[in-house]
Amino acid sequence: MADVRIITANEAAALAAKLCKVQVVAAYPITPQTPVTEDLAAMIESGELKSEYLTVESEHSAMASVVAASQVGARVFTATSANGLLYMHEMLHWAAGSRVPVVTACVNRGVGAPWTILNDQQDSIAQRDTGWIQLYCRNSQEVLDTIIQAYRIAEQVLIPVMVCYDGFILSHTSYPVEVPPQDDVDRYLPPLDGNLGIIGGGYMNVNPLILSEPRLDPNSDLRPGYMDIRYRLHEDLRKALDAIGQADKEFEAIFGRGWGGLIWEYGMVDAEHVLVSMGSLASECTLAADELRSQGLRAGVIAVRAYRPFPDAALSRALRKAKTVTVFEKDVSYGYLGALATDLRSALFDAGLTPKVCSFVAGLGGRDVRPEQLTRTAADAILKQPALGWIDLKGIA
Amino acid sequence: MATRAARDLPTEEFILPGSRSCAACGLMLTYRHALKALDPGKTLVAVPASCMTVLHGVYPITPVKVTCINTPFAATAASASGLVAGLKAIKREDYTVVAFAGDGGTYDIGIQALSGALERGTNFMYVCYDNEGYMNTGTQRSSASPAAAVTSTTPILAKAQHKKDMIRIVEAHRIPYIATASPSFPLDLFDKVKTAKDIRGSRYLEVLAPCPPGWGFPNKDLIKMGKLTVECGIHVLYEIREGRLRLTSRSLVLAEKGRKKTIADYVKGQTRFKKISKDQIDALQQWTDQRWEEFLQRHNRG
Ligand SMILES: Cc1ncc(C[n+]2csc(CCOP(=O)(O)OP(=O)(O)O)c2C)c(N)n1
Ligand code: SF4
Repeated sequence: MADVRIITANEAAALAAKLCKVQVVAAYPITPQTPVTEDLAAMIESGELKSEYLTVESEHSAMASVVAASQVGARVFTATSANGLLYMHEMLHWAAGSRVPVVTACVNRGVGAPWTILNDQQDSIAQRDTGWIQLYCRNSQEVLDTIIQAYRIAEQVLIPVMVCYDGFILSHTSYPVEVPPQDDVDRYLPPLDGNLGIIGGGYMNVNPLILSEPRLDPNSDLRPGYMDIRYRLHEDLRKALDAIGQADKEFEAIFGRGWGGLIWEYGMVDAEHVLVSMGSLASECTLAADELRSQGLRAGVIAVRAYRPFPDAALSRALRKAKTVTVFEKDVSYGYLGALATDLRSALFDAGLTPKVCSFVAGLGGRDVRPEQLTRTAADAILKQPALGWIDLKGIA
Repeated sequence: MATRAARDLPTEEFILPGSRSCAACGLMLTYRHALKALDPGKTLVAVPASCMTVLHGVYPITPVKVTCINTPFAATAASASGLVAGLKAIKREDYTVVAFAGDGGTYDIGIQALSGALERGTNFMYVCYDNEGYMNTGTQRSSASPAAAVTSTTPILAKAQHKKDMIRIVEAHRIPYIATASPSFPLDLFDKVKTAKDIRGSRYLEVLAPCPPGWGFPNKDLIKMGKLTVECGIHVLYEIREGRLRLTSRSLVLAEKGRKKTIADYVKGQTRFKKISKDQIDALQQWTDQRWEEFLQRHNRG
């Protein structure tokens, strides 16, 4: 009998960390991530999960301590949201540069000022260029499964992974979630032998000062300069596209569920008009696609699951027959378009594809996005002039 | 047992020729003696952005025989906490975790992470080498710089405020061991690091580390300058265990025999005090005397 529980995405995230047998947790509370830190504390205090728990005094310290714990070989976990994630920013770069397999949940929330505790994805999008893998989940089951996959990916490619899910919409909403048996998780995710050579080895200077040009080491071997090391991170991040797809395939083989790997597709077999989004908004887009189909427009949906590394080839392949691509996203690159729309246009341009691409910013700071709105906006984009803009603005005359 | 003579210090060196610190660097000398008191093969040192980063060498060469984990400037004590937790998780508690940070990385940007780590009772040693300024970035003021010092961010009027009383802040965390030291009193320094190594819980050491380019004195005077800091009483050597303060080494002798050197003697040989006025010397002397009295009283109270 499957173990199905009615739980929130936050509970699913904490359970996933437990199933992965994390050894060091460090976290600092922030709405809407807080229940994750509380659940893990209770699991660890009760002895249900054998792990160290660092009740640090800030998110900067949370990330600093899990990076260090990871460097000596422990499997680590932390979670945060919004201003907490921004407070980690320096350490996010440091984690990726350190090539440690840290896994972090980001419970997506809008960032101040003005204060909001409600959902959008500006927080994680603002961390796009830190060198992390970013995976976006559509529902609580995907959150649980993706955190398990995240360790598999991170420990294979030695790049940290951020698993993102929408605050309140997922974090505080209960849904049935199947909790996989521990044995299966152990089979999928063997214990970590992650010691980066710090323990039991010789003397090391980890993450030292580096020059721009290559230099000889004491054995007269040429070692790379800063730019070369950074290129390696970039190259490995690009290669992680395969690892992300593979991790999902192998997950499906054991657990009987997959999430599409890099992108998730809905009604795409014959779709001419495609709604593209990330996270729970992508699930909502399926309602709009159904409605558009009933109006005679062949619509489909793509959820971008892996945002970094960007799945340009997978997207171009899936969109090669598209006439209209309507991107709905809960973030904006201020002064230009939504971040996803920008990246997608660039990918399509490189692939020589020229569908009409429309960028819509929606649902910032928790503003409700209704399926009718998505339908209407997408229909306008399909049938009228290419539209760019923010949907459902109010009260600004 | 206190170490009595320099010849009793271990002869093995862990900082090899080729260190990138300046000549006559008080920090380098501090680190040299501290490593002798540790077991460098079983030690992880967490180091923030500072002169320590530079001392540890430029990739791919390090002149120091200890594993050093470089961390961002504010993160030293948090990184050390992570190392401690990670070692516990993988059952390698035979390693000692030591943080080694400057006064900027301790008094200023790193104070939050340090306070967090001390409050949690993290099992590690934190050494603040205090060279009284942001030396790595070119001698800017820190909250550890003394009053009346000219720094590159107090270039005309000199620093108006006295040095922050960091040890009182550290003491408020009620940790098992706190000590001060000086590279000019290596036996005392060595003994304190050794003592701290064997204590469980958070241990804090603060070493006043003279810096020739930052303070403005000739390289040849490094040891003399370190001695003068103690002789004049601006730096006091002591340890605090379970709340009890005990003067040590030269400061203990001065407590019995009285101090002969004054602040006027101390500031004379340093260009950072080139603008110091008579009133400022008096104020610094008064500040020093008052602290000295407090230490004496605590020492005598036992
Ligand atoms: C977040 C951050 N801000 C500023 C710096 C620049 N910075 C590097 S070292 C340093 C001064 C370090 O001063 P201190 O801790 O006293 O050590 P010292 O250089 O004197 O050894 C500064 C300001 C930095 N690396 N990171
Ligand atoms: S600036 Fe001062 S502390 Fe830094 S390396 Fe030089 S002498 Fe040492």
